[in-house]
Parts: sequence; structure tokens; C-alpha cells
Amino acid sequence: MEKLQLIALIQAYTGVGIGLMVGLGALGACIGVGIMCSRFLEGAARQPEMIPALQAKVFLLLGLIDASFIIGLGIGMFFAFANPLLGALGG
Amino acid sequence: MAAEQEMTPSSYIGHHLSFLQHPVSEGSFWTLNVDSLVTSVVLGVFSLGFIWWVVRGATSGVPNKRQAFVELACEFVDNQAKDIFQGDRKFIAPVALTVGLWVLLMNAMDFLPVDILSWVAHFFAPHGFRFVPTADVNTTFALALSVWLLMIYFSISVKGLGGWIHELFCTPFGVKPIWASPLLALFNLLFNMVEYISKPLSHSLRLFGNMYAGEIIFLLLWMMAGAGIAGAIFAVPLGLIWAIFHVLIVALQAYIFMMLTVVYISMAHESH
Repeated sequence: MEKLQLIALIQAYTGVGIGLMVGLGALGACIGVGIMCSRFLEGAARQPEMIPALQAKVFLLLGLIDASFIIGLGIGMFFAFANPLLGALGG
Repeated sequence: MAAEQEMTPSSYIGHHLSFLQHPVSEGSFWTLNVDSLVTSVVLGVFSLGFIWWVVRGATSGVPNKRQAFVELACEFVDNQAKDIFQGDRKFIAPVALTVGLWVLLMNAMDFLPVDILSWVAHFFAPHGFRFVPTADVNTTFALALSVWLLMIYFSISVKGLGGWIHELFCTPFGVKPIWASPLLALFNLLFNMVEYISKPLSHSLRLFGNMYAGEIIFLLLWMMAGAGIAGAIFAVPLGLIWAIFHVLIVALQAYIFMMLTVVYISMAHESH
């Protein structure tokens, strides 16, 4: 029973950690993308002839801004399915 | 999926996330992920072999559709490289084309449905076979570390070994005033180390994270679809939305990987 309680404890805190990782990462990524796209819209309104050039850069920057969030998501999923912290218990 | 043990959600996902491994020697460092190696080599030979074959029969008259397609791809990559690197593009543009096309094809393996392929792979790899090489952190690190080595090679060949070491210790802060120079040199070195370590790390993990997370979300959606009628009704439109988004992500991440390759190599050519 003791081991089951320890496993539940580790998984519970891991769950909270995963939630924080994904949630805070999404918060940062969405705010960053929002700011970037608002600048793009402003620039597009001032100079409509620049829209195709700027649009290519927007997609590139979208991928770069999303990077940390997706890395955090990947790490969170890794903890969700193959929690290495359980190794201290031997399972 | 073995019939004698009950399939739990984690075992379904665990089965789909396990590699076909072959140990060369003791320990996990010396275990080869045979599935990633074989898939990436086959895709590389296929993509670059196709370009080689088309170029071999190229004419300077009216091109046929294959040649026009290859010319489009080469011109696209060359324009991107021209925007970033104002120098001799004889080496950078082919590197960018190779990396971009190869990563695009490896990412595109994620379009094939996971359960059908896994059923096919079950006949020769019962314990697991991952079809997307770039969802394996080893592949993306291999690509990013190769770009990193190219970066260091070009830094040394443009600035000389002494110039490169001088740059490691003396940028961005410089070493004046002389009385503070050991401290300043240490700070410069720290800054440069952070830059040299974070570039390959972010380069590889961005691609890996996107592909791996995409695969996991597909698996979770199909698990939800298998959980009953209500699950299936919700999983199908969500799966459709995620699949469409993932098409964008596959192309975008390949493009970003290629652009960053060009940017890093062109930054290595700069000298202050």
C-alpha cells in the first residue's frame, strides 16, 4: 500500500507540473504571437504593397515563437507517459 | 498489439512510441534506432536521388514538368539563401536544399495513418517501429549537430583559428580597460558559450518537439475515438482539425529548419 501511495504522490505532482508547463508555455506563445501579428496588421495597413513579403516572415516567426512552447509540450507528454521520476521507486 | 494482454491507454501509446532498437554494445548510448536510420536513409536516397536523376537528364530547351518542378525548388531555396547570405552561395544553397527537402520528406511521413502502418510493421517488427524519423530526438540532433560543426568549420576557415579564439574571448564586450580584462574575457566567453550551446539545442528540439507532440496528440485523439461512440463523435472533427494544422506545421518546420541552417552558416561567415 505504501508503494502505491508513493506512486500516486509522484504522479500527482507530475500532473501538476505538466499542467503548469503546458499552460504557461501556451500563455507565453499566444501573447507573443498576438503581439507579432498585431504589428503585422499595422504594417499591412500602412503599406499594403508589402503584404506578401511580410506574410512570409510572419510564418517564419510564428514557427520560431512557438518553439519553446512545443518543446515544453513535448517534455510534458514525455513525463505523462514515461515518467522518469518513477524510476526512483523501481516502477 | 498482443492479444493475450489487455490493451491499456498507456500500453497503446507506449507501443506506438517504442523504437525498433538494435544494441551495438552495452548501454543505451550504443543502441541504434534502426527504424529511424532506415527510414531516414531511404527518404534521403529517394529525395536526393530523384533530384539527381532529373538533373542528369536536364535540357536547356523547354523543360518537362519534372525538370520545371526541380527548377522551382532550387530557385526557391536559392532566393531564400540570397536574401540572407551575401557571399558565395555555391556551398550554402545546396546544403539548404538538401536539409530542407530531406526534413520535409521525413516530417511528411507523419501524414500516413499510424495504426495502419503499425499493422504492416507488425509482421517484421513486433515490438514497435516508429515511422517518423524526425520524431526521434537522435535524428534531429544529428542534423543540428552537423549544422553546428559546419558553423564552427566556417568560422575557423573565414577568421583563422587564432581569429576565432580571439573572437570567443573578446566579443561582445571587448577587453578594455586592461585592468578588468580577465573578468571581461570570462564574461565574453560565457556569452559565446551560451550562444554556441543554445543554437544547436533550439535548432534540433524545435523540430523534434513539433513532430513528437504532433504524433502524441494524434495517438491521444485515436485513443479517445476508441473509447466509445461519444469519443468517436468528438475525435473525428478534432482529428480533422489537428491533421489540417499538422500539414501546415510539417511544411513550416522544414522551412524553418532550412532557414536557420542558412542563417547560422551565414552568421559564421561574419567577422567583426
